[in-house]
Amino acid sequence: MGFYEAVLISVMTAATPLVLAAIGELVVERSGVLNLGVEGMMIMGAVCAFAGAQISGSPFIGVLCGMIAGGAFSLLFGFLTLTLVANQVATGLALTILGLGLSGMIGESFIGLPGVRLPVLDIPFLSDIPVIGRIVFGQDLLFYASIGLVIGVAWFLFRTRAGLRLRAIGDNHGSAHALGVSVIRVRYLAVLFGGVCSGLAGAHLSLVYTPQWVENMSAGRGWIALALVVFASWRPLRLLAGAYLFGAVSIGGLHAQALGVGIPSQFVSMLPYLATIVVLVLISMDRRLTLINRPASLGQPFVPER
Amino acid sequence: MSQKDGSGFQFNLQTTKGNNMKKTLLALAASASAIMLAGPAAAQMDQVKACFIYVGPVGDFGWSYQHDQGRLFAEEHFGDRLETAFLESVPEGADAERAIERFARSGCNIIFTTSFGYMDATNAVAARYPDIKFEHATGYKRDHPNVATYDSRFYQGRYIIGQIAAEMSETGSAGYIGSFPIPEVVQGINAFMLGAQSINPDFELKVVWVNTWFDPGREADAARALIDQGVDILTQHTDSTGPMQVAAERGIFAFGQASDMIEFGPETQLTSIIDDWGPYYVERIEAVMDGTWEQQATWDGLAEGHVVMAEYANMPDDVKAQAEATEESIRSGAFHPFTGPINKQDGTEWLAEGAVADDAALSSMNFYVEGIDDQLPQ
Repeated sequence: MGFYEAVLISVMTAATPLVLAAIGELVVERSGVLNLGVEGMMIMGAVCAFAGAQISGSPFIGVLCGMIAGGAFSLLFGFLTLTLVANQVATGLALTILGLGLSGMIGESFIGLPGVRLPVLDIPFLSDIPVIGRIVFGQDLLFYASIGLVIGVAWFLFRTRAGLRLRAIGDNHGSAHALGVSVIRVRYLAVLFGGVCSGLAGAHLSLVYTPQWVENMSAGRGWIALALVVFASWRPLRLLAGAYLFGAVSIGGLHAQALGVGIPSQFVSMLPYLATIVVLVLISMDRRLTLINRPASLGQPFVPER
Repeated sequence: MSQKDGSGFQFNLQTTKGNNMKKTLLALAASASAIMLAGPAAAQMDQVKACFIYVGPVGDFGWSYQHDQGRLFAEEHFGDRLETAFLESVPEGADAERAIERFARSGCNIIFTTSFGYMDATNAVAARYPDIKFEHATGYKRDHPNVATYDSRFYQGRYIIGQIAAEMSETGSAGYIGSFPIPEVVQGINAFMLGAQSINPDFELKVVWVNTWFDPGREADAARALIDQGVDILTQHTDSTGPMQVAAERGIFAFGQASDMIEFGPETQLTSIIDDWGPYYVERIEAVMDGTWEQQATWDGLAEGHVVMAEYANMPDDVKAQAEATEESIRSGAFHPFTGPINKQDGTEWLAEGAVADDAALSSMNFYVEGIDDQLPQ
């Protein structure tokens, strides 16, 4: 494995959990719901994926457990905000706090155990292509899932009737309701999808990124994912670009330090955030398009009138 | 509309902050209820309440984990005579002062604040509660008679692992993952380099600062970056097991940090510098019980058992024998890792031939020794 190959793979590993969590949240926000509990769902996914893999011995069952945990946790959010119409911001924050605490409790007996790593899935023949083969076709399941999800979500949102309906709900839930679209049902599905994606992101952390369980291992990645959604102006492909840029600058900064380039380390730590903000602001310079993309009823509660 | 758009970003920032604060508040509430359950503290000093503030989660399997092991050791030692409480993941800064103050009000007799960044907060609260004893780990400010500081001479261990690194490296270079450029960490880097240079004068050290004590993912990223650049030995001054695992994955050697991390790299860990706080906590709590507690600045190392080396593993017998010999000579006081001649990075003389660095110079160290190819962030 050459130097550049190794660096690129590190970048992809760093970006994948962000892509997974952010693409889920993008769908949630497109449906008009703001779920700030990404960090909480992610960490629950991480601990349950690790626990599932440890107990069953299979990392694939671990991934499944992570998805279920993230999904179940998001349904709690759904029940509180959609059925009981609780404040979305407060509930999302509570979900994060609860997730961080609960995961610590669940994970207590798993601290200090070496994990099971999710194997690399080599796609025959394609992975033998020089340079790009190993990078694009020799990754783990969750990397393919992240790319597949971005393409799938882009297609779903902008090329299907169901996607149009979801966006309509996010823009004006009153009108969508009047047209006979089941606002609550669609939002439940969107929230569930977001939870499963966050769970996958968590599974990536505890089965691929650093195959182990330690408390608070998500270390704020859920919040970065949330910010990415806003900066990508709710566009899936921009989101992918943003996540990879973030990963590239953050890995690049570490390399620059190791080479002894003499950039202050505090600046290097700040750089990924700065670069991502600048670039995404530049690509969404067209204010009209940004306004069109922003779900107009984001975060507003919906109570169907009889 | 434009206003709304702008607030989308602000919003995310604010909620991140709010989250931290809420987490702390939640932790406070939890500890408050635990205190209530435990009942009022006895007036006599044969019953002491000791409280601990941790910077990371107790499950980090590194720094905070080891402090908590120390707390449990003290609990075990004193049995019914000691009651303890702790707060974990308390951010350094304003939140820390609130957390310490909360403990001070809740009847703690002695409060251990276990991270460098709690230094000012600890002294500020200590000024308001003269009857409570405060113990600040790794700091140097003792502004009030009820503040003591304690630290371990980790650099002793780092000198030993530097020697091992130079013996074991085939490329003659090691990677060092640093947290923050504070004296304690810089000391460690210099000690490591001096140890390595004592074996191989041309030894190369690459340093990467991650600006966090605990982020397994980022620490692992730093480890990957260093390995990709050709180092074949890793050491870290951050708290998670992430780097050890990456080293194991890539088949190179590494040193554990704070706790014995051999489980994460059975064929990777050469040794680990283990922090053993238990005996110190017992000693200081005992002093509170006896009424003999006094302000002091404790800085103990291998000799007192505060720094313990994990088993020397995965190395040839002669390297092991040498490491043990160095450990013994440091323990007995025959050898000090910072013994001259030592030059600063720019080539100017710091210690003359045979001179030994005093503790004041060590605890304010803010420069690299000669041979380190990195700029120290200031």
